[in-house]
Amino acid sequence: MSSLLSPLILSTPDFQYFALDKINLFVILILLVTAILFFILKARQGKRLYIRKIAGLEAVEEAVGRATEMGKSVLFVPGSRDLDDLQTIAGLSILGSVAKMTAQYEARLDVPVNRSLVMAAGQETVKEAYLAVGRPDLYKPEIVHYITDEQFGYVAALEGIMVRERPAACFYMGAFLAESLILAETGNSIGAIQIAGTAMPVQLPFFVAACDYTLIGEELFAAAAYLSQDRRMIGSLKGQDVGKVVAMSAIVIGSLLATLVALTGSSFVDSLFRAFIRLFALNY
Amino acid sequence: MKKRIPLIIIFCVGTLFVLAIFLPFPPFPAMEGEVSVWFDILKGFAFVLGGGNLIRVTADKIRKGHPDRFYLWVTLVGFFGMLGVGLLQLGGPIASGGDFTTEGLWFRRIYDGIFAPCMAAIFSTLAFFVSSAAYRAFRAKNREATVLLVAAFVILLGRTPLGNSLTAWLPDFLSFLKIPWLFEKILMYPNTAGQRAILIGIALGIISNSLRLILGVERSYLGGERS
Repeated sequence: MSSLLSPLILSTPDFQYFALDKINLFVILILLVTAILFFILKARQGKRLYIRKIAGLEAVEEAVGRATEMGKSVLFVPGSRDLDDLQTIAGLSILGSVAKMTAQYEARLDVPVNRSLVMAAGQETVKEAYLAVGRPDLYKPEIVHYITDEQFGYVAALEGIMVRERPAACFYMGAFLAESLILAETGNSIGAIQIAGTAMPVQLPFFVAACDYTLIGEELFAAAAYLSQDRRMIGSLKGQDVGKVVAMSAIVIGSLLATLVALTGSSFVDSLFRAFIRLFALNY
Repeated sequence: MKKRIPLIIIFCVGTLFVLAIFLPFPPFPAMEGEVSVWFDILKGFAFVLGGGNLIRVTADKIRKGHPDRFYLWVTLVGFFGMLGVGLLQLGGPIASGGDFTTEGLWFRRIYDGIFAPCMAAIFSTLAFFVSSAAYRAFRAKNREATVLLVAAFVILLGRTPLGNSLTAWLPDFLSFLKIPWLFEKILMYPNTAGQRAILIGIALGIISNSLRLILGVERSYLGGERS
């Protein structure tokens, strides 16, 4: 009998196969991935999908054309971070499209970089772009060249290139830090047409102030799809819109619930509001 | 094949990293940190590529009689000078343990005495660029620009003691006109709302772009479709 009444032992499992505190994130992720895959498949089946015009990307061809007419170069800066940053990869994707245009127009392209790995990837991107439009004769490995890893050493070199060679078009696509305004203002002072794109919210105002066109946040990631007009990539942009609808709905519902809590003081609405907020918490 | 293997690697690694967020048992939680170390090692080796490219491109330009060859010589002399001084550990104790930041070493002296001030000088030009950019951005050309100008003016004043004292005399029922109040509300509501809208867009863009990379839909960074 005494053995049956032994003290209660509390125990917790020391091994979990799945992080249950992240189940909400998992559900949101599955929802988004499903929406994106659905639209990619739709696009592959040939359905025409509408994406709004992005002024900055519409102006890319105009900028390259201007450089060609003026007999000047096109400067492309793929950010100041390494290849492990998604913005750099987005920048290189845009570089591929810009390189195709410079090859077609026979304009001179200059891509100074501050990371060795970006240089290697950039050289491959530009080389393939020149081959894709049938102008391998115009490709030179020096188009993409390494400067330095040092932030302001790189900035000084870029300023020097801009002031001495006076490119007619400057593209800044990728992750930027304090150098954003220095580059954009130097480009502005030489009268170049400037198109920038970054997902660094702090640097966006500087680019907006000093550049002709700015790709804000998500537009940087959409740029490669927009420029290539690849159906599957455009499909993925449509899928992304589902995420926006979910985010907007959540904001509206959350705001309504918060207002109701403030107006009524009801504990039921309050608990509903807290439960709703928890749906989007990092640790459920 | 040249592109298929990288695409397979990207698919496997990308999927693994997404799953690692939801798998709490070893080795998944520590995976991100460990792979970052691998990346750093790779970067170390890749620097040879970058350095080699810098020397080749610079030397080529000098050989072709580039009009800016004086600066190109400065680049080469700086590169090899710093490399030599660092490798030979000039100016320091013979057994300084390989640490090139040791006090007294020429490398450290050149870094502190020439390199760091040059970097600071470039950074300090930002102050002038902020002024010229602000002058252009804050011109009241239309209604939106005027709103921006007023908001910027309030924020600038709100950051200074002058802004506080300018409206301190206002009675309590006009406290909504006090600059510190306006400063706080502008930052807290319209600014935060705008920033969050951009951040939500960026987050969705990152998810969508990552998925394109993992699935191999986006391959322009590998040189595009031609294969």
